[in-house]
Amino acid sequence: MNALAHSARAELRRLLRWPATWVLGGVWLTLQLLFAFAFPYIAYATGDPDAFQGGPMDQLLASMLPQSLPETLIAGTPMFGGAIVMIFAALTVGSAYNWGTWKTVLTQGPGRGAATGGLVAAVGVCVAGLVAVSTAFTYGLSLLVAAVESQDIVAPAWGDFFASVGGSALILGMWAAAGLFLGALTRGPALSVGLGLLWTFAVENLLRGAAALIDGFDVVTDYLPGSGAGSLAGSLTAAGGGDGTPGVLDVLTGTQASVLLGVYVAVFLALTFTLVKRRDVA
Amino acid sequence: MDARRGYVQAGRCGYVPALMSRGARGADDGDMNDHIVSTDRLTKHYGGRAAVDGISLGVRRGEVYGFLGPNGAGKTTTLRMLLGLVRPTSGTASVHGLAPGSPDALRRTGSLIEGPGFFPYLSGVDNLLVVARYRGLGRYDVDEALDRVELTSRGKDRFRTYSLGMKQRLGVAAALLGRPDLLILDEPTNGLDPAGMASMRRLIHDLSDDGQTVLLSSHLLAEVQQCCDRVGVVVEGRLSYEGTVAELRGARMLEVRAEPVDRAVRAVKAATGAALDLTEDGDGRTVLTGDADGVDVPAAIRGLVAEGVDVHAVAIRERSLEDVFLTMTEATR
Repeated sequence: MNALAHSARAELRRLLRWPATWVLGGVWLTLQLLFAFAFPYIAYATGDPDAFQGGPMDQLLASMLPQSLPETLIAGTPMFGGAIVMIFAALTVGSAYNWGTWKTVLTQGPGRGAATGGLVAAVGVCVAGLVAVSTAFTYGLSLLVAAVESQDIVAPAWGDFFASVGGSALILGMWAAAGLFLGALTRGPALSVGLGLLWTFAVENLLRGAAALIDGFDVVTDYLPGSGAGSLAGSLTAAGGGDGTPGVLDVLTGTQASVLLGVYVAVFLALTFTLVKRRDVA
Repeated sequence: MDARRGYVQAGRCGYVPALMSRGARGADDGDMNDHIVSTDRLTKHYGGRAAVDGISLGVRRGEVYGFLGPNGAGKTTTLRMLLGLVRPTSGTASVHGLAPGSPDALRRTGSLIEGPGFFPYLSGVDNLLVVARYRGLGRYDVDEALDRVELTSRGKDRFRTYSLGMKQRLGVAAALLGRPDLLILDEPTNGLDPAGMASMRRLIHDLSDDGQTVLLSSHLLAEVQQCCDRVGVVVEGRLSYEGTVAELRGARMLEVRAEPVDRAVRAVKAATGAALDLTEDGDGRTVLTGDADGVDVPAAIRGLVAEGVDVHAVAIRERSLEDVFLTMTEATR
């Protein structure tokens, strides 16, 4: 237990001093700002709702106010949020092979299990921190919109809020676990990130396209990682994944999606531990 | 073959140690309980190729052990196996009496394997703090290690801005963290300038004086000659020799260039009792050589002069470790 705690502290120290951590966190917040607030607000302010998904003006404004925080928060996680976290986790493990730091770490005597556990814990803390910062950031922006538009500040339903925070953490955690697995599998940053992005933005969508052509293939595509993430987000938004938000789906119920994501987290982490423990370190 | 020394005569360098494969014998010199590192028929195959082929060696507590061999001989793979980074295909090894790579063994071992591996965006101090945290150590240990490798003044600079020699010194500093009983250093002088090498040599002497055991792999044979108590020589994955540096270098040779040679041999024999052999030097000229130990050289010269022999040169030749090493590796090929 001591070794695990030491490993987690050491990894957290180096991750918090890594520019990539802050760059990726900054990208996430920028995308939240642009897609959840800036573009909708420009569409609202210019009176051209067609510029942003064509919704009614009052609905567009409502989506930016504090009471919509749960939906706003989780809507970006299945697609770009997941991709950003996956990149972060893949870089964390893959770069350690590239820099030769796995060798340095493993020869300090934490044991491979504790070293990997510490890394997973540190990445988990970063993901939790990202969700917390994102929540505060999104809430702050929604308050700003409410103030600028002289709207009443209505707090979101607490149940919805916690479900959204928990759902966001689960979705991002699943993609982080996938990134850790890819980093350990490829033992390098470039290939792991490339494969992860290819899967996230291309392969799953192509498979869903194939499912439309092949009877019964949707049994497979409905249970892919992106389907689970999209469905969980869809289950926590009013439109239920039917409003065309990228990555947000309605193929599974919220419970099914949560269980599926939990299974993926467990499988990806088990594979990561197995790869690190079993393979020689060059 | 001189059975007493275990040497064979080979090539123009004269005596070289007999190529004793210790694979079948095991690390049997000295008391096994005194071995901080020992391996028994340690083997690693990559595909069909044996990178390490049945190496059995023993490193005694408190000694500086030089691990020598040409590039690709299997040195680094052996060291990786001792640290648990690579799993052996067969054979066994123990470090501190424990399985290689076990947490207890690693906590008592500092290592630098095939260059330092650090986070480029962190400073030297921060890198060492990360490593120290894995060992449950703190800032004091980091400062002490940095000071020992004379890197304190650049400790706050980022690792990526370091020269090759500075990176190497930081790697040694990481190995020194917590004053481990055993240090495994793979080419620690890589990239160091002459002053850095001298500093590293002093450090290794100091570590040895402090009672720490050092297992040192190096291509710099002059360094090894000065630093190491015993050496193991690996050629093509096999341990070709294990013993002291002095044994490996062999006896000092008395070399006489004089004519006529038959009268010169008689004169030296009469004056000192030493027997000289006729050999040829690299240019094909006849040279008289023999064991210099115990020979009264002035008496030999007086004898040659008294005999009326034309003396061109009398010298005592000490073979360097490099001479022996090159002869051994060429003989194996």
